[in-house]
Amino acid sequence: MPQETVTLRQEIFSLKHVDKGYHKGGEEDIQVLDDVNLTLHEGEIVGLLGRSGSGKSTLLRIIAGLIQASAGEVNYCGQPLNGPAEGVAMVFQTFALFPWLTVLQNVEAGLEALGVEPKERRRRALAAIDLIGLDGFENAYPRELSGGMRQRVGFARGLVVNPTLLLMDEPFSALDVLTAETLRTDLLDLWNQKQLPIKSILIVTHNIEEAVFMCDRIMVLSSNPGRVVAEIKVPFAHPRNRLDPVFRKMVDDIYALMTQRRSADTLHKVQLEIGSPLTEVSTNLMAGLMEALAAAPYNGRADLPEIGSKLLLEVDDLFPVTETLEHLGFVELRDGDIELTAAGKLFADYGTQERKVLFAEHLLRHIPLAARIRRVLQERPGQRAPRLRFEQELEDSLSDSAAEETLDTVISWGRYAEIFSYNDHTETFSMEDVEGAQ
Amino acid sequence: MTTVIRPFIPATAKRLLPNRWDLIAFPLILGFLLFATTGIQGTWAPISALQTEPISLDAANLPEYALRTTLRMLAAMIASIVFTLVYGTLAAKSRRAGQLLVPILDILQSVPVLGYISFTVTFFLALFPGRVLGAEFAAIFAIFTSQAWNMTFSFYQSLRTVPNDLKEVSQNLRLSGWQKFWKLEVPFSMPGMIWNMMMSMSGGWFFVVASEAITVGDKTVTLPGVGSYLAMAISNKDLTAVGWVILTMTVVIVIYDQFLFRPLVAWADKFRLEDTMSQAAPESWVLNLIQRTRIIQQLLRPFGKLLKKLARMRLNIALPQSIHTESHSSVSRGLDIAWGGFMVLLCGYVSWKLYSFISSEVGLGETLKVVGLGFITLVRVTLLIALASIVWVPLGVLIGLRPRLAEMIQPIAQFLAAFPANLLFPVFVVFIVHFKLNPDIWLSPLIVLGTQWYILFNVVAGASAFPNDFREAATNFHIKGWQWWKQVMLPGIFPYYITGAITASGGAWNASIVSEMVSWGDDKLAAHGLGAYIAQTTATGDFPKILLGICVMSLFVVLFNRLLWRPLYAIAENKLRLN
Repeated sequence: MPQETVTLRQEIFSLKHVDKGYHKGGEEDIQVLDDVNLTLHEGEIVGLLGRSGSGKSTLLRIIAGLIQASAGEVNYCGQPLNGPAEGVAMVFQTFALFPWLTVLQNVEAGLEALGVEPKERRRRALAAIDLIGLDGFENAYPRELSGGMRQRVGFARGLVVNPTLLLMDEPFSALDVLTAETLRTDLLDLWNQKQLPIKSILIVTHNIEEAVFMCDRIMVLSSNPGRVVAEIKVPFAHPRNRLDPVFRKMVDDIYALMTQRRSADTLHKVQLEIGSPLTEVSTNLMAGLMEALAAAPYNGRADLPEIGSKLLLEVDDLFPVTETLEHLGFVELRDGDIELTAAGKLFADYGTQERKVLFAEHLLRHIPLAARIRRVLQERPGQRAPRLRFEQELEDSLSDSAAEETLDTVISWGRYAEIFSYNDHTETFSMEDVEGAQ
Repeated sequence: MTTVIRPFIPATAKRLLPNRWDLIAFPLILGFLLFATTGIQGTWAPISALQTEPISLDAANLPEYALRTTLRMLAAMIASIVFTLVYGTLAAKSRRAGQLLVPILDILQSVPVLGYISFTVTFFLALFPGRVLGAEFAAIFAIFTSQAWNMTFSFYQSLRTVPNDLKEVSQNLRLSGWQKFWKLEVPFSMPGMIWNMMMSMSGGWFFVVASEAITVGDKTVTLPGVGSYLAMAISNKDLTAVGWVILTMTVVIVIYDQFLFRPLVAWADKFRLEDTMSQAAPESWVLNLIQRTRIIQQLLRPFGKLLKKLARMRLNIALPQSIHTESHSSVSRGLDIAWGGFMVLLCGYVSWKLYSFISSEVGLGETLKVVGLGFITLVRVTLLIALASIVWVPLGVLIGLRPRLAEMIQPIAQFLAAFPANLLFPVFVVFIVHFKLNPDIWLSPLIVLGTQWYILFNVVAGASAFPNDFREAATNFHIKGWQWWKQVMLPGIFPYYITGAITASGGAWNASIVSEMVSWGDDKLAAHGLGAYIAQTTATGDFPKILLGICVMSLFVVLFNRLLWRPLYAIAENKLRLN
């Protein structure tokens, strides 16, 4: 059991009180990371688990030295980090392989930058290619390879420079389920057989199961701004069995934690405000989830991880839709479970037109921004208002892109509910065609 | 609890009232109409008016001249659009016509634009004897030849790449050919066509300036316009007037861009297929203005209705059958053979005619001499494109990697590419004359003066679009210096650079005709080269020699494209494409 001696191991990386904010046109900061503390020790795989907007990729890039923290201390092997450090290699979600270089040239590029002799370079690159299971593909171009093979090149490129720390930014999320699983187990095998030169791995993910499957320690981040809300030790020995009840229990607990956290921590239930960010969730997805919940075997109540895997919804899809439904008063979330409210059950039973009426009612009652747009339109003589008017209002509290997404979201919901119409060309809201809709 | 939904006041009555946007937009449009009518009236004047009313160097006349020039551009653009729609459709829809029309277009593209004018002036003057209109047509035709080809190519390619499912839908909906053309094919090709219109237009200013004042043998045509004003300023050695004309052109180009192209591009954005939508949507304040004004919207509505009605007609123009439904009966094969034979005969006949015309007047020696001059110009074009690349590629990359800077530089580079560089020639010539410099060397930079900007703005665009992940990977693996240029950045921008360099080199060949031979008052400077040869023979009206010069130049351009740019473009497309 190598995990038991973790506390005695040497410290590789440490972040203390790290903040990251972006300035927006001289105005207030948009806070991405807030007071993050994190230490990486030799011999462990650490997971950064969070949803989109939790700043986990930003955190990874701070560690990689690609961006600077706004405040706080970042130490690498006891020294303050200053720019991209030697011995920190990164694996990208998009692979980031240069399409004009062959597999071998891609792997060699990092060594060339370190000034390694051509002969030695070739030897090491070929060894890394062999290790990662790419022999035979040395002269292929990335575009000739499948996604899984490309990511293997990404790994080989990262490993060949003998890094101390390997950073992985959602390395498996662009791959299909089977390929991703093969790559995970291959990597874990190499790691557990001590065939890798690396001392520690930090992996960013939004996939709860993946984190429990791979990591020794999981840091759970909250969203907007990103904070570490929990640190979970995973005590299971490799190879881990996903169907093991203790494994399932831990996955369930993290689901509960990630949904519960929000109910305790953020303002929801208390009420959204006009400037609260909304996440784009399609009304079809909402309707589909409510229908699935209402039907057997759930009959109105379901375990979140279970319904998520049944409907093939990843956390990044599942959480926004469940939260939106909760805001709208169609479901309630408790202890990692999701339950339809009376209104939610009605919605699932209704036909198309009745659904729209019910949705419109809930939208105007629970989403203040929708109600505000409607009110402004009613008060104006021409019953028209430019998008800019609301965008500016939102930008007081949100970043530009968040304001845009929030407005786009409310537009698509408002169109479905037929509470206002919107012309994308003139960028104006109006009441045209609203009352006359059949 | 239910929310009470209040009844709404019908907004239709309110919409008829003018709003504040109308106040700005209305005068603009009325003013435009007024200027257009006064401009057109001038073209009906008898040709003697040109002699009695010589170009005046009074700067107060410049607005009117600028207007005449702009109208010529507009007329050429309309002609180009009509040509594009007809020619492109024929080439794409009929296999047999395509076999002939596509290569013809390819060659037409390679013929130097200013080469056409030597012939067309005579032709159009004869067509409208005694009227200014003939001369106008000649100038418009010259601009047309600089605009139409790439638009037609773009339209043809769009027609060939209409997605199959959309074609099937329109068949399923039983749209007639005419309806399908307006509902599917034209909208689908709109973004590409408008982009090419913009490129054409920026090239067009160069040629409009060159074609307004032209002498072919004993026929001298000076049409009132910016180009003639410049010619007059040059022969009078008036540098102040040159300054005025540069200023005028700057204003005209900015106005044209803001009032015509920005709105068009912003409007055409809605025709983009969804999956290609990635970058920020183009914006235009003029388009916003028009869309927000009530009265203008109301006035435009009847036109819109008429157009819609036209597009909705079932009109079945008897176009040849489209390719995939072509039957392969023996009759059809017989027709194919006959058609092929006809084309071979036609080709042979035309070549023979051309050969006999040239050989009757000029001998083998002259031909060899012209080919030699072609090589001199080739060296000049190649060297200067290379020089421009060495300067602008690194700078373009550095600019493109800084988004704020790129946003500022990009419109300037595009403006410089549109600005007719021939307006700046006098400044250089004065300099060369004053210091008695060697024209063979010092006239060379003029060749790329206007077209180098295509390299800059394409490289800037390429560097701006360079994926951030690649930059991060390079930084993470400590790739720096020459290795960074060689393995990361240069391959990344190569496809963009090639696009820019092809445009720049095409422009350089064209520019050689006006830049290898220049004058300032009585001082005439000529460099050795094919451009100067064509310019000199045009001035003396020696048609067989003009024809020979143009043939040789076209040949050089075609070979240059085939042997250098096409292979490079293929590499860029196949090996270096990012995605």
